[in-house]
Amino acid sequence: MSLNAGIPGGPIASKWTRHKSEIKLVNPANKRRHTIIVVGTGLAGASAAASMSELGYKVKSFCIQDSPRRAHSIAAQGGINAAKNYQNDGDSVYRLFYDTVKGGDFRAREANVYRLAELSVNIIDQCVAQGVPFAREYGGLLDNRSFGGAQVSRTFYARGQTGQQLLLGAYGALMKEVANGGVELYPRHEMLDLVVVDGHARGIVTRDLVSGVIESHAADAVVLATGGYSTVFFLSTNAKACNVTATWRAHRKGALFANPCFTQIHPTCIPVHDKYQCKLTLMSESLRNDGRIWVPKDPSDKRPPNEIPESDRNYYLEERYPAFGNLVPRDVASRAAKAQCDEGYGVGPAGRAVYLDFRDAIDRLGKAKIEARYGNLFDMYAKIVNEDPYETPMMIYPAPHYAMGGLWVDYNLMSNLPGLHVLGEANFSDHGANRLGASALMQGLADGYFIIPATIGHYIASERLDKVGTDHPEFKAAEAAAVERTRKLLAINGKRTVDYFHRELGMLMWDRCGMSRNAEGLQEALKRVPEIRDEFWNNVNVPGSAETLNQSLEKAGRVADFLEFAETMVYDALHREESCGGHFREEYQTEDHEALRDDERFCHVAAWEFQGVGAEPRLHKEALSFDEIHLVKRSYK
Amino acid sequence: MSATIDLTLKVWRQQDRSDAGHFETIEAKDISVDASFLEMLDLVNERLTLDGREPIAFDHDCREGICGMCGAMVNGQAHGPESKTTLCQLHMRHFSDGDTVVIEPWRSRAFPVLKDLVVDRSAFDRIIAAGGYVSVRTGQAPEAHSIPVPKNKADLAFDAAQCIGCGACVAACPNASAMLFVAAKVSHLSLLPQGQAERRRRARAMVAQMDREGFGNCSNHYECEAACPKGISVAHIARLNREHLFASVMEKVTG
Repeated sequence: MSLNAGIPGGPIASKWTRHKSEIKLVNPANKRRHTIIVVGTGLAGASAAASMSELGYKVKSFCIQDSPRRAHSIAAQGGINAAKNYQNDGDSVYRLFYDTVKGGDFRAREANVYRLAELSVNIIDQCVAQGVPFAREYGGLLDNRSFGGAQVSRTFYARGQTGQQLLLGAYGALMKEVANGGVELYPRHEMLDLVVVDGHARGIVTRDLVSGVIESHAADAVVLATGGYSTVFFLSTNAKACNVTATWRAHRKGALFANPCFTQIHPTCIPVHDKYQCKLTLMSESLRNDGRIWVPKDPSDKRPPNEIPESDRNYYLEERYPAFGNLVPRDVASRAAKAQCDEGYGVGPAGRAVYLDFRDAIDRLGKAKIEARYGNLFDMYAKIVNEDPYETPMMIYPAPHYAMGGLWVDYNLMSNLPGLHVLGEANFSDHGANRLGASALMQGLADGYFIIPATIGHYIASERLDKVGTDHPEFKAAEAAAVERTRKLLAINGKRTVDYFHRELGMLMWDRCGMSRNAEGLQEALKRVPEIRDEFWNNVNVPGSAETLNQSLEKAGRVADFLEFAETMVYDALHREESCGGHFREEYQTEDHEALRDDERFCHVAAWEFQGVGAEPRLHKEALSFDEIHLVKRSYK
Repeated sequence: MSATIDLTLKVWRQQDRSDAGHFETIEAKDISVDASFLEMLDLVNERLTLDGREPIAFDHDCREGICGMCGAMVNGQAHGPESKTTLCQLHMRHFSDGDTVVIEPWRSRAFPVLKDLVVDRSAFDRIIAAGGYVSVRTGQAPEAHSIPVPKNKADLAFDAAQCIGCGACVAACPNASAMLFVAAKVSHLSLLPQGQAERRRRARAMVAQMDREGFGNCSNHYECEAACPKGISVAHIARLNREHLFASVMEKVTG
């Protein structure tokens, strides 16, 4: 199989414009004859469904929550990047493109990233027109802030709830199309399989989570916008229902999974405090704009943080990275915190935390200003930890947060399976080995509002597909398989709960395939994952029945898929014998413990082909070429 | 390890929409005071499962207080005793050893119970579909800075736009009215220049849909504001009333 990304010719700055004017169109009168399935209603899914319906396609929109408005995009706090240069600080499309490629440690596709930067400005216009209440200055114009290691202020924000406001904008657009009759909504429906007919993605099999009914939906194209897989670690900042099932099921049907080992561990999360915990809470990294990160110089120093004088504190990020200080990219900040804790400098009851201190910022700006900037985050911290961060430094520790890897897609956001398109976090395309802050919202909306509405038409106009009904044998076979799997899960009647297995897998992945990895640990994980999987299928207890609302059954199906996916993730981490972005292989580091990339051997996308459960997946490589930006060592010193 | 408490839960159990439902008493022992309310339910469910009983169904997702998925009446209060707090952000340190905790689903004719604590809130989606948006198509938006919004208006609009659609306002209201939910969206958009063109139609259509869904009337109890995890003010209801009255009058005058 050769992977052709289908990148259009011409100079990078005009590729997208040229592509849009060259790809095929569907006649307006014909669009209504084509049905498109969109799975997921986060930023990418909701914006895609709404925009394609506006064009005249018949859209079926599916989500597992009770309402499309609850998709996990809602929890994004910090902001959304756009190269508007409203601050006159030298920003441009090119600079955003450059920062994103560099931030991704040269493992993203240049042409995709350039398009993302280009579309960023349209996103802001679109969202403002929808009434998204971005933060404004007294003059009534939009405010910006610097975010996550950027040296310009290009981040648009809505207090600490940017994801919520953007999602509610996209949700509004979606509901407008529901009212117009263009979108049929299927909330509380979970995709259990992808249906492929004659090599083309032609539909999905779903389970109605209330009635338990398993049914098929046929379409001319399928769009997955089902988010990332960070809950493979069990403890993560993702919502509890986030899962890999939709993308994994598509992978099993032939879609390649690209760079699954590229996961992002976010530096500013509330540390784990007890074993009953099932969810970690992220606090926007905008906190690093004013908070200073430190640990005591003496590991045995057990004084309360406010009693530790300046001379006994180690502001390790400021010392090591003077140009960026506390604002180094996420992967760098996370690894540095882990290193401090590994060396015994960690604070808090378990020694797995570092301080994030606002004392100096409060002295400089006053409490009121800090409250205005971060009030909701401080409240959230106080509620969970029961300490007042205005008085006592926060404790933070990294937590799994985002998946850069995902299904492989070409420039049109189509996977190697014709008809299967993948958007947002669910695809692999734009963030390389590390995503910069405030770029996830940007990518979700670029994919959904602007890219897929154009490229889906090209697919439909090029293929001229025959109609396929849900009575086709492929649908019947997929339905039967889903019913059988459900029956099997309910019949095991073992001695352990679903969460037990999820926790086991999560701890293993965090230890062996988390913030830093080595060949020995990865080999061990390759041995352990199948063991956990076998025990799951012999000893899990899934109570209740298939014909009712059954949350244990829902979880069991998702964990079963994670138990297959995890192995592929480990294979990918093992294959990539270099350190880049969020992927840190301990064997490949510089003398001062910085990531050591290997462009000779690994300047490629690793896309894996399913070969059966427990079998080593087959590797396909898409070579990455950097024509605009020279490959350089990513340094934030 | 943090301190633990023992609780007696009285939980509403209902198989499905047609089942009459009943309270079940469940002992919840050794609950860490640092656990969240939902982590307490997780633990109880783990134990129920291992005992061969069916776990308690409850909606939840982000566990950060923003998705609006979770919610239950705890001792008669929507989302429990802490103000401006969703159930997932309520911690067990607010309970005492030996407490009895009564847990019920949202109660409203417009929110039928699907199972245990899970209710159907799709009425909210239909109210939004009736007009809770600006009808702008993708791709034709003007340059963002061509629409300045005074900061005070933008801030006020934001206050209203924070609604997470959890339904606590309905559950807390003696009339099961959805006025605060509707008011939050109408207020958010009527305060912004982008929302002006459809202002009247929106207020009328959303209120009409609310009535069709079977929500009750507002009789100024203000329980909604007290229960709202985002602290959305009843002042927005006053704005909705003005918008609706004005829209209705204008309909009579201009047709």
